[in-house]
This record gives sequence, structure tokens and C-alpha cells, in this order.
Amino acid sequence: MNPMNTASHPQQRQFNPYTENGGTILAIAGLDFSVIAGDTRQSEGYNIQTRYAPKVFRLTDRAVLAVNGFAADGNMFVKKVKQRLEWYRHAHAKDMPLHAIARLIQTMLYARRFFPYYVYNILGGIEDDGSGAVYSFDPVGSYERETCRAAGAAQSLVQPFLDNQIYFKNQQPALGTSHPAHLPLPQVLRLVIDSFTGATERHIEVGDGLEMFVVLAKGHDLAGLEGIAGLQEMSTKSDGERIFVIRRELKKD
Amino acid sequence: MFRNTYDSDNTVFSPQGRLHQVEYALEAVKQGSAAVGLRSKTHSILLALKRSTGELASYQQKMFRIDDHVGIAIAGLTSDARVLSNFMRQQAMSERMVFNRPVPVNRLVSAIADKAQWNTQEYGRRPYGVGFLVIGQDQLGPHLYEFSPSGNSYEYYAMSIGARSQSAKTYLEKHYETFMDCNLEDLIRHGLHALRETLQQDKELTINNTSIGIVGPAGAHETNVPSDGSFRILEGEVIEPYLKTMIAKEGETGTAAQPPPATGDEDVQMAE
Amino acid sequence: MDHFPGNWGRLRNDDYDAYGTFPIPHRPSNAPKDTFSEGVQRTQQPIVTGTSVLAIKFKDGILMAADNLASYGSLARFKDVQRLRPVGDYTVIGAGGDMSDFQYIQSLLDDLVVEEFTSQDGHNLGPKEIHEYLSQVMYGRRTKINPLWNSILVGGLKDGQRFLAYVDLLGTTYSADTLATGYGAYIAQPLLRRAVEGRADTLTEEEAAKILEDCMRVLFYRDARSLNKYQIATITASGVSISDSKALETSWEFAEGIRGYGAQTQ
Repeated sequence: MNPMNTASHPQQRQFNPYTENGGTILAIAGLDFSVIAGDTRQSEGYNIQTRYAPKVFRLTDRAVLAVNGFAADGNMFVKKVKQRLEWYRHAHAKDMPLHAIARLIQTMLYARRFFPYYVYNILGGIEDDGSGAVYSFDPVGSYERETCRAAGAAQSLVQPFLDNQIYFKNQQPALGTSHPAHLPLPQVLRLVIDSFTGATERHIEVGDGLEMFVVLAKGHDLAGLEGIAGLQEMSTKSDGERIFVIRRELKKD
Repeated sequence: MFRNTYDSDNTVFSPQGRLHQVEYALEAVKQGSAAVGLRSKTHSILLALKRSTGELASYQQKMFRIDDHVGIAIAGLTSDARVLSNFMRQQAMSERMVFNRPVPVNRLVSAIADKAQWNTQEYGRRPYGVGFLVIGQDQLGPHLYEFSPSGNSYEYYAMSIGARSQSAKTYLEKHYETFMDCNLEDLIRHGLHALRETLQQDKELTINNTSIGIVGPAGAHETNVPSDGSFRILEGEVIEPYLKTMIAKEGETGTAAQPPPATGDEDVQMAE
Repeated sequence: MDHFPGNWGRLRNDDYDAYGTFPIPHRPSNAPKDTFSEGVQRTQQPIVTGTSVLAIKFKDGILMAADNLASYGSLARFKDVQRLRPVGDYTVIGAGGDMSDFQYIQSLLDDLVVEEFTSQDGHNLGPKEIHEYLSQVMYGRRTKINPLWNSILVGGLKDGQRFLAYVDLLGTTYSADTLATGYGAYIAQPLLRRAVEGRADTLTEEEAAKILEDCMRVLFYRDARSLNKYQIATITASGVSISDSKALETSWEFAEGIRGYGAQTQ
């Protein structure tokens, strides 16, 4: 920090083009729905830059992308993905299928293998066959389809919780029963909310607000969403897949 | 091949001060099937007549979406239209990338007009063989523009281009003063009436040969329109309710004067 | 064993391979070089710097404040520098960090505004568009590892919409009701949040100006690279105005009582 004594101590300093902006994202796939969530705090070190900076974005009527890591890279990446999807729409007069968006994201990330977007992506939505899906990525494009994934600052707090509650790791089913392969939407929403309130308690970079995107397969009933306060529909059509946002406050300390 | 002394190169003026190649390009627009555009205080709409090469073939696409807030109808060479509409899409998306705003419609039209002008001036190029009607909405409301291969662009209350578009123009000129206060359904009915004027004898508008493009709030027959009233193209079954609102013409031939077959000017003779 | 004699080492003139002993891909290039290709300078550190900028939303618009100092290291080098600048008819930007980079940014924005003006078609750039443009410029430069070394606040009001956002040398952006750059993010931001959060729609211009003045005073007390001379920019529906420089009222009487500060006998 002292530019005045470079003469006495010649030193090489490099501009660092990256930073970390905290926050956590999470997605869970159901049988015919998918939930993608993120907190809205953006921070750098001990500074809270803002209490509302969205990290979860609607891409199409059946795809939602959550980005976490270096916020500037994240925003630019989402913008570029959206533009690629727009070109797809121009060329094919339909929205790109979810699995194709996943491969597109891999290609776009790997194209920057040697100057990566410092961003962890989680893509959630509905596949062509109507199943709920979650794809998770590393910053250079490795990806896989999963049932649930947490990423970001509190990944190490949230992922074990999900492993236990969704994959039933370290749980024995009662004699003569088995664990369910998929959980119903209201229970998934409860798990998401608990994950974030827990992460907010234990991690300084998580908090302020929670945005949960719910993507429902075509013809899916609202399954208990009707009564939820602050529900906002994001879909453009009422007869296809539908997207809703649910917003919740998180602790601000 | 040549019909004139001064038409082999578009950069050479004729002694009358004309650029023949540019005028031939304008003829190419007239070869295309007709498109009509109208504007009210709330909406801009496009209507176009789709051609098919025969019973077994599909109909040629006449409308293109450029961005959420802009769409075009074309008359002339579809391949040239694809090049230009691609350019317009690029412009629209770069405006969103750099300024995060929808591109102002007039600037989009000026951009392609400038491109077209350059083709009328530089040696070794040829003018585009396509004309557009461009509709869009921005901060200043709904708009309708015409773009032509000569590099001109104008804003209109109502306009038509393409084959026999003069008949449609006659209809529009007669009724345009009422357009501003029309609701969407009435505006579309006027548009269909104007488009009908361009039809050949014993042809009629059907759900197969008609396209309707709209920007502006959802109309009474529409579902699933985003709240910002972004550009959409109606084709097939959904235009049935609009076709039904049309009022039959008086008599078989109608009152609108059939235009004389395009004879053109004395030194420009286009083959039929 | 290295079978390329060219790699065995030579006494002198490694730049010219007189005997063609290097395999072609390893041969030193004799292509003409751009004389200055090794002299390209990139900003690796700021030189003449401005410190914090503060801004808040209030009932009728945005208020922004910055002092008039541009420092050269710890030297208070320029004491009449304007760090708040209008851009177009609806926007003010305020910058901390390298002042030469800021002047370059101003020239970029001035060009942009002139270009927009000359089109004369009723479309104007508002604060939202200017912030997006600036973000793209800043992010683009960081991606070339050639950053513009600033943190900038963009405030404005257009079509009844207040806008206040931040962008810095990394291209990081965010917006909030209260923003502060530099030391202000540590010292003033907590004070601003306590005073403004939840009240941005009711604060009057006078109240807002008082909040900013108090924060500028605290910054002057605590930030060694600050000055007791500052300006306030006001953006409301009636347009943009940037005040003349104001002096901060400060009191140092408490210093008398501090050991090692005032005149002491022991």
C-alpha cells in the first residue's frame, strides 16, 4: 500500500482481476418441479456492498440460472448466456431445452479456461420429458446433473444438510419402508428456507434476503403455492411450464 | 441482359440523373407479396400476405421478430431480408449489452437505411432487393417505418409495400385519419381490408396465407401476451376471429381502383 | 542430450542466428519490432488519487458528495479538484481513485453524450444507461488487465425514477439507497445506513444534505487523505446542480486534552 518506497525495495505487483462477493446459492430438483434459490447479500471482505443484488435469474420459461462467486463475472456471464438464448430463439422460434442450455454453459465456461469466469453456476428447471432437473458447474465448465446442489460461501454448511435431508445419507429407513426418491414441493421449500436461515446464522457473508424460484412442469398444479405470501409469477405463458418467485427476509446482521 | 445504357453499374448516373440499378431494386420489392402496416395511439401492427409455390409447398415467411419491441414484414428477396434482419438483431442486442435498453426504433431503421445507401454508392456492390415495414415501440410510443433499398426510410401512420400495394395504399389513405383512436381489433380489421385490396381476383385472405404482427397491449382475442406488449406474430388458427370481423366488399370487383399493370417509366421495362 | 546446437549456448549475439542452427520454431525472430511494443504502460497503481464519494437517495432524487482533494501519495497535491461531474441532463457521476483515469472516463462520457445529442430524436441517456455503459467499459478494461483505477458512483433521476449505483475497477456493480466508496465505505456507510435506510422516500433535501455534511465531517476527522472542502450534487426532477465548494465547520478543541497532541509540559 505504500507506492513511495518502490525505489528502495523494487517489487512486482500485479493487478488482481478477481474478487469474491460472498453469498450462497442452492437448487433442488423434484419429480416434476425444481427450486433454485439464492440470498441477496453482496459483500467484499467485511463490507456489505448491498442488501439486494439478485444472484438467481430466469433464462426461459423452464430454466433458471443461479450464479455465485465474482459478481462482475457472474453478471456478465448471465448476460451472455441470455444473448445466446435469444439467438437460439431467433433461429429456431422456440426456447432452448434445459439439457442444451447446460451444455451451452459448459462450452461458454470452458472457452475461458485460461482466464476463467470466477463463478459457480447452478442451472435448474424442467427437462423436455417433464422431469425436474438441476445441473451444477465448476468455473471452467465441468458439469453434471444432480438432484440437489449448494454452492458459494456457505456450501460447506448447506451441502451436508441437503445430503442428509434429500439423499437421506446416514439415515436408516424404518423397518419395511424405504426413503422417498423425490420430496414434495412444500417440503423442499421448507428445506430451502431452513438451509438459508441456518447459513445466515453461521456465515457472515449470507443474509439480508432470500429469492426462491420455483419451476413447475407443464400441467402441474400449484401444489400449495397458492397460499404463499409474496408469490410472484415470472412466466410469460399460462399453459406451459410456469415460474414463480418467492421472496423472504433473512437476518441482516 | 441490359435494357439501358446506364444500368450495368449502380454507381453510374443516367443522363436523367437516375440510378437504374437502384430503381430495379425497388422493382424487386414490388415483386414480393404485399405487406401492410398501421399505427394507432397504442399499437403498431403489420399484416402480410404469404405466398406458397403450390399446393404441396409451405408458405413463405413474411415476418421476423427483431427484439421484444421490434418486428418487421418484408417484401422482396427473402435472402436479403435475412441478412438485414440479422444485422438488426445484432444492433438490438448490442444496445441491450452496452446500455441495457431496447434500441430506439428510429435508430435501428436509420442503421439499415445507411447500410442500404452505401450499396447505392460504392462500386462493385448491388442494392438490397427487399423492402421492410418496421414496427416497434419505445419511450416515444408505437412506431411504423418503411425501409427501402434506395436507402430511404420514413415514418408513417399507415403504409403498404409489395405487389399491388397501391390498392392497399388507396384504402389506407381513405381511412387513416380514424386509425389513431382505433382499438386493436378495429385496427386489424382496417389492416385486413387494406391487405385484401392487394389480392388477385378470386383469391381471399385465409388463416394460411395471412400473418399479423403486433406491438402493444393484448387485444380481446389474445392470450399469453407479456404485460409490456412485446412483438408477436399471429398465424394460423388464432387469426380466425380477426378474419371473421371483415366486412364483405360491395360487388365483386370492389370500389377501389385496380392499379394499372406496372408499366414503370419509359426507360425501365420490367418483365412480368 | 540436447541435439540442437543453438541451445548449447554461445558467446555473444544471441539475437541473430547466423548459422541457422535453431530448429525453425525456436529460431529468434528477426521480424521488425514495434519500437515501443515493450513500452506500453498499464495502470498498476493509482498515482494522483481522490478519496471517498458518498451518495444517498431522498424523497425527490439523489444527493452526492465528494471533497475537492486530489492526493499524490500522502501529499495533498491538488486542493481544488472537481470529483463530481454531470453527464447529460439527468445524471451525476462521482469518482474516487486515479484522477487521470477519471478524466479519461469523463471524456468518454462526454463523447457519448454529444453523440446522443446529435441524433436529435427525442431519446436521451439516463443514469441507468450511463451506469450500464460505464460498467461495460470498466469490466472490459479489467478483462484486458488494464483497469481504469476508480470506484465510481452514478446517481440520477429520469422519468420519475431515482437511480443510484456503484461501479469499480473490477467491473463490480451494485445499487442501494446509500452508497459510499473508499474509506467512506468503512466510516460513512454505517452512519448513512442508520440515517437513511427505510426513510429514502420521506427524507427532504435539507435533511439529506445535513446527513451528508455530517458524514463528510466525520470523514475529514478520520480520513488522512481528505479535505475540509467539498461539493454536493443534487439531482431532482428539475435537473442536475453541483454546488460551489463548501467549507466544513470543524472543532479541534478536544485535541487540547489529548496527551501528545497539544502543548504539554511533560
